[in-house]
Amino acid sequence: MNSSTNSPNPPVIVIQGLSRRFKSKLALDAVNLNVERGQVFGLVGANGAGKTTLIKHILGLLKAESGSVRVFGLDPVADPVAVLSRVGFLSEDRDLPGWMRVDELIRYTRAFHRGWDTAYAERLREQFQLDPAARIKHLSRGELAKAGLLVALAHRPELLVLDEPSSGLDPVVRREMLEAIVRTVADEGRTVFFSSHLLDEIERVSDCVAMMVSGSVVLQGRLDEILESHFRLTLRFPAPLPAPPSLASFLHVSGSGLEWTALCNGARGELEAAAARLGARIVDETAASLDEIFLARVGSERSVKPEV
Amino acid sequence: MQLHISPRDGVPIYRQIVDQVKYLVGSGRLVPGEELPTIRALAEQLVVNPNTVARAYAELEHAGLVTKRHGSGTYISDAGSPLKRAEKLKILARRADALLADAQHLEVELSELIDLVRERHKAMQS
Repeated sequence: MNSSTNSPNPPVIVIQGLSRRFKSKLALDAVNLNVERGQVFGLVGANGAGKTTLIKHILGLLKAESGSVRVFGLDPVADPVAVLSRVGFLSEDRDLPGWMRVDELIRYTRAFHRGWDTAYAERLREQFQLDPAARIKHLSRGELAKAGLLVALAHRPELLVLDEPSSGLDPVVRREMLEAIVRTVADEGRTVFFSSHLLDEIERVSDCVAMMVSGSVVLQGRLDEILESHFRLTLRFPAPLPAPPSLASFLHVSGSGLEWTALCNGARGELEAAAARLGARIVDETAASLDEIFLARVGSERSVKPEV
Repeated sequence: MQLHISPRDGVPIYRQIVDQVKYLVGSGRLVPGEELPTIRALAEQLVVNPNTVARAYAELEHAGLVTKRHGSGTYISDAGSPLKRAEKLKILARRADALLADAQHLEVELSELIDLVRERHKAMQS
């Protein structure tokens, strides 16, 4: 199951030096990304950070201006059929044909996929409680998302790509989305790449994460390692400080006077020594959540809130 | 097996699983020879990545708390007492630290705190 560490397989997605400009705006800035087989890879970022643009490159909907994109070792723009036949995709706006009925959508999508699993599609339809006779345009947001997920999953793709899968959904449907991710990756060798601005969701199911800010990947790695190398220290100084204490490993500092709390990145021992050199005593040490790490990395006070 | 995962508190999920299984074993809620859910079943139950559950089980196995049998099932070890005393004390040490920190903030002396613990113990016995 842990094929990321013991598999000789090449990565499923390799992105190198990918940049993209929309008029004057740099939407992607020299992005490098590796997604290994069997991983759940979470892409974190505020709205407008470039997540959807990156996903469009992975699907071959946008051509790399500079840099390269390889999916299963192939160029998705040059070889769309070979790539997309192995990919299941759920777009953020769930662009499904509104005039079709649910059963028509299923039959229509089946025609495009040789590996379509009819029994599995039917099982998903029942599990998602989708009425086969219902028109797509009459579905609720949650049902629409589930219909989109059904047609993305039923050909048992090697790579499942989900753009903001739980955007605008209630907690019950959000949970169903996450369960689908978990079940997909539990099937040997399948890979999930999904974007979200809901960090607790990313934290729950991802092996690896990349954080995007204004088109750049500011942090990328194994989730466990990221969580274990970031923590919050509260320092107490013998005399009030007029300005926040500063250390290279402090990502964000808040507080006043005698007591300051810093979100740090680094090795604990070195930080303790550095705090001692500043003349401070460590009075508290707590774990930092992905949310806090993200905010500190973004370096802004803007919080990432669910759009519910 | 009832585990509670909270992604927001910054502790990696595999570590939360390891700590809670240790706690359940330590407190006797899980008994030697008891079978743990499969990796896949627990991943689906908790809605977490199966790789994370696999890592937690590997750590528990490494710590001697569980053993894999016949290559598939994972069972609570019956070799010796479930948790070493040191491991039990480690769990309690974390709680003691939190209590001591609170006492310090509230300017309660250690001797007063110890008296309070004795008092509460007595109250729970009666």
